[in-house]
Amino acid sequence: MEIKVLGPGCAKCSKTEKLIREVIKETGSDASVEKITDLMKIASYGVFGTPSVIIDNQVKCTGKVPKKEDIKAWLGK
Amino acid sequence: MGPETTPPIQNGGKINKIMALNFLMGAAGVYLWWSVYRALPDFASWLTYGLLPIKQGSHLGSSVEFFLYDTPKVMMLLFLVVFGVGILRSFFTPEKTRAFLSGKSEFAGNILAALLGIVTPFCSCSAVPLFIGFVTAGVPLGVTFSFLIAAPMVNEIALGLLYGLLGWKVAAIYMGTGLFIAISAGWIIGRLKLEGHIEDWVTQTDAPAINMEEEKLTWNDRIVYGWDAVKEIIGKVWIYVILGIAVGAGIHGFVPEGIMASIMGKDSWWSVPLSVLIGIPMYSNAAGIIPVVEALLGKGAALGTVLAFMMSVIALSLPEMVILRKVLKPKLIAVFIGVVACGILSVGYLFNMII
Repeated sequence: MEIKVLGPGCAKCSKTEKLIREVIKETGSDASVEKITDLMKIASYGVFGTPSVIIDNQVKCTGKVPKKEDIKAWLGK
Repeated sequence: MGPETTPPIQNGGKINKIMALNFLMGAAGVYLWWSVYRALPDFASWLTYGLLPIKQGSHLGSSVEFFLYDTPKVMMLLFLVVFGVGILRSFFTPEKTRAFLSGKSEFAGNILAALLGIVTPFCSCSAVPLFIGFVTAGVPLGVTFSFLIAAPMVNEIALGLLYGLLGWKVAAIYMGTGLFIAISAGWIIGRLKLEGHIEDWVTQTDAPAINMEEEKLTWNDRIVYGWDAVKEIIGKVWIYVILGIAVGAGIHGFVPEGIMASIMGKDSWWSVPLSVLIGIPMYSNAAGIIPVVEALLGKGAALGTVLAFMMSVIALSLPEMVILRKVLKPKLIAVFIGVVACGILSVGYLFNMII
């Protein structure tokens, strides 16, 4: 599973990344996390709220920090 | 609890009870808020002169009382405004706003965009993705600018502070003129036909339209949303508010009346453009600037000059320009700054003339 966190580096974006890494650790998931800060790349995903979370090329959430329960659900845990 | 949830019929009675309970708690909260708010002036003067060994009528007393009254007052008002706007914002998303604005005619589009700029939740760090998302979806350039100007300028923090410190009239003037600048500046930029001055990669971006399921929010979710907004925004600005009020309190007690009249008064024509220029490099400290502004007004600074300064600080900022440079060519940035600065100047002169 490939998780991408899109965000130019605001506080909410780092929080989202941290939270996802935490959940992965807790649940022992084998998902990989990549943070994308390049604005051109972010735009090419068609999202315009940041942070956005993309899992296996599917936009899961945009414009807010996701809840822990949501992340667990995305990871199938 | 809201219209979105359809409770099973057998649970109807229980849901109604929860609703009634929530309503009661809300009403009690509002009553408590109001009682505390009304008691603040007496409480501040009791603290200053009753509890602390400060003489009534002294400079220090005047400063301390000002600080002890204004800090809780502003915090309470900010709490209320941020919470209210937070709930309002839970009804909007950038995606919905974009869908609403795409293909709108220019003039009506500018007005709608400016209004939506106030209530659409969006963080200034996503200005660039938002700009691209809007423009590639067929929102006219000028309409996009109306949104981008209104969003930071007319914000709940400025409104809450202005209302708390300077009264509803100044807050309404600020909001009205802020919207006017966003609408007219966006319209002018649209008329100038500057679409060619967007960086090429933006229009070549093949951004796929994403289909995300729209979340169904209950009233409970919206209240949580408003509460999160309070925690986030007040957690970020409280220190600036307190610092600003402390500086304002110092000015209030120790700076002689009328001293600002010669520098920031009505009669010096150059004060308005100077305020705008000074305001541009200042950024994000709107929360701290408004209390200082209140104190300056009290010492004879003209309202128009002070409004111009505030708007320039909030709406025109260097860091934002640097970010926008990624999507706009220099000429379009220059036009953007120029048009908005002219709007702010005219607001400044107008209010110095009529008030």
